[in-house]
Amino acid sequence: MEATQAIPVKYDMDVVRWFTIAAVVYLVVGTLLGVYIASELAWPFMNFDIPYITFGRLRPLHTNAVIFAFGGCTLMATGYYIVQRTGGAKLWSNSLAWFTFWGWNLIIVLAVITLPLGMTQGKEYAELEWPIDIMIAVVWLAFGLNYIMTVAIRKSSHIYVSNWFFMSMIIMITYLHVVNSLAIPVSLTKSYSIYSGVQDAMIQWWWGHNAVGFYLTAGFLGIMYYFVPKQANRPVYSYRLSVLHFWALTFGYVWLGAHHLQYTALPDWAGSLGAAISLAMIIPSWGGAMNGMMTLSGAWDRLRTDYILRFLVVSLAFYAMSTFEGPVMSIKTVNALSHYTDWTIGHVHSGALGWVAMVSVGAIYHMVKKLWRTEMYSDSLVNVHFWMATIGAVIYVVAMWVSGIMQGLMWRDYDEYGALSYTFVESVSAMHPYYAMRVVGGVIYNLGAWIMLYNVVMTVRQASAAHSTKAVPASA
Amino acid sequence: MSNHDKIYSTQFQDKLERSTVLLFIVVALAVSVAGIVEIVPLFYLDSTMTHLSPNVKESQKNAGDTAPIVWNRKPGESLDDWKPGDGVRPYKPLELAGREVYIREGCYLCHSQMIRPFRDEKDRYGHYSVSSESMYDHPFQWGSKRTGPDLARVGGKYSDEWHRRHLRYPRDVVPESVMPNFFWLENNKVDPANVTKTMEVMRKMPFYPAPYTDADIAGANSAVAGKTELDAVIAYLQGLGNQIKFTEGVNYRD
Repeated sequence: MEATQAIPVKYDMDVVRWFTIAAVVYLVVGTLLGVYIASELAWPFMNFDIPYITFGRLRPLHTNAVIFAFGGCTLMATGYYIVQRTGGAKLWSNSLAWFTFWGWNLIIVLAVITLPLGMTQGKEYAELEWPIDIMIAVVWLAFGLNYIMTVAIRKSSHIYVSNWFFMSMIIMITYLHVVNSLAIPVSLTKSYSIYSGVQDAMIQWWWGHNAVGFYLTAGFLGIMYYFVPKQANRPVYSYRLSVLHFWALTFGYVWLGAHHLQYTALPDWAGSLGAAISLAMIIPSWGGAMNGMMTLSGAWDRLRTDYILRFLVVSLAFYAMSTFEGPVMSIKTVNALSHYTDWTIGHVHSGALGWVAMVSVGAIYHMVKKLWRTEMYSDSLVNVHFWMATIGAVIYVVAMWVSGIMQGLMWRDYDEYGALSYTFVESVSAMHPYYAMRVVGGVIYNLGAWIMLYNVVMTVRQASAAHSTKAVPASA
Repeated sequence: MSNHDKIYSTQFQDKLERSTVLLFIVVALAVSVAGIVEIVPLFYLDSTMTHLSPNVKESQKNAGDTAPIVWNRKPGESLDDWKPGDGVRPYKPLELAGREVYIREGCYLCHSQMIRPFRDEKDRYGHYSVSSESMYDHPFQWGSKRTGPDLARVGGKYSDEWHRRHLRYPRDVVPESVMPNFFWLENNKVDPANVTKTMEVMRKMPFYPAPYTDADIAGANSAVAGKTELDAVIAYLQGLGNQIKFTEGVNYRD
């Protein structure tokens, strides 16, 4: 250890604090929107004949809110936090970081305005119109530049594993966003993709699956590799496993998009290639999940008292489950049943509610304590949130499994005379109880998020009050 | 503290971990491979498109089938000279306006337009979809979810009047439906200038541009004048899926 390192390095943490609070707010908003559109499917009168809140316009707002508002703010909060702490260096540019904060939130505000107005490119998870797409590219590149430059000026000799994952996310998302969003504008608020038909389908799902694979997986694995060891106070179980996990995921995940298009007009070779590599992805995914779980070796007893650690461990369990389910669903015979049904929705939400949101929540609680140098306002509320999130996610996912498999079976069922047993609309009405059950799961999950927001706000208030009366900065 | 000079993996990995630039380059290369292998060939392999595929041509020949896959428009013919079964054609102006509403209202989030080659889908929706049918679809509308039924071949299945009633108040026609009411589409007029501009954009597309003639575009104004968005959506739906005349025994997918 060099002598200079004895003096605590001051990091740029203000921007991290703002991103953290924004993430918690967007978790509440995003899941609330989800609950609302789920209710519209269960009780269609909830569309209230208002164009701006019909399912078709709100659903993109829900996905954008959870992926880009909640997910994005979480990634930038944790990214800026991790890259400084693991490299022992301040951000390359603090003002650029603030630019990303205001830029990203401006994009979110524009999404909230334009999507209910029906301004959309009509590509799933890439709905925002071209002027906003350009802003996303600019802000994302600013985040990427700042991140990578901060890695470059690090004080440590090696780049920590979390930063590999963040870097691969930054590179891949730039690539995906630019290629997938290429369009020719008709006006300021309307444009059409330059691709069509089968090529557009492949590019869309190359984007769609890698938004999951890199944005919602690689980035959040970066979070996992930092916060699980930190919270458990143990080193990562296996360095070699993390090297394998990283390269297999970085190289392999990109191929999977084609499995969304099995039995469609996409040439069979592409879909089969996507499915084959999807199956192979079980290995690195489970290797990674194992690596996270085993990091707790010797610290398992802490799960009894450490509620934040519970979030992190359960998120890994969901990660393992959805990365097993995904490859299974990409097998052609399974996909023939599951495609177009609620099973897909269930799969996505076991990943989103169980893995992405839980690991984020664990990381955010951990960061809140560090950033404001305090304890949580209420540890038991963290525990309450943990149980609500877990129970809510399980109810949601189970409802969608049942409804999805039921739909798939009803659609393909024949009676003894060789006629289809069910009309389509019979499958719709059979879904009603499960759609209602999904709403219940979603409400529980959303209430958990409200509790988190309350707890975080009270923690910050309590910490600010304590620091201002003491007038002496607590040592880090 | 770990020993910084000891290599815990391979020399190459260790080198990458010490160099931001090197790690950046290798990651950028690693993530590029799949796109090059899976996507790029779709733009040049003939077998990707039904109307270009040598195997489909062969299969058509063996079945004695002469139905065109893509409309072979003769000089001087207008879009209205096209008849169902003449092959894939670009959208008529009113259909294009309806398609814009279809995308705006997020219909694709609950309705697919992609029939898979299964017995039940054939019985329920019709002949499986082929790639050339969506060649003018910027962006594609295959969808990913069937909260409602597939619409790839809904054209001509119901009357215009049925669609009008159903789109306005779905539960008046199908009591179990969970579709939102769209009666308010009747209050919005189609903007002819916007349709003209959209046709011009579709003609400029780098991939599969719509082969509109100047006369097609000039005629857009009168084709959509006075029409409501509801009329437009109905026109769009009625044009879906009846463009190719499929022959029994021909393999339309490679």
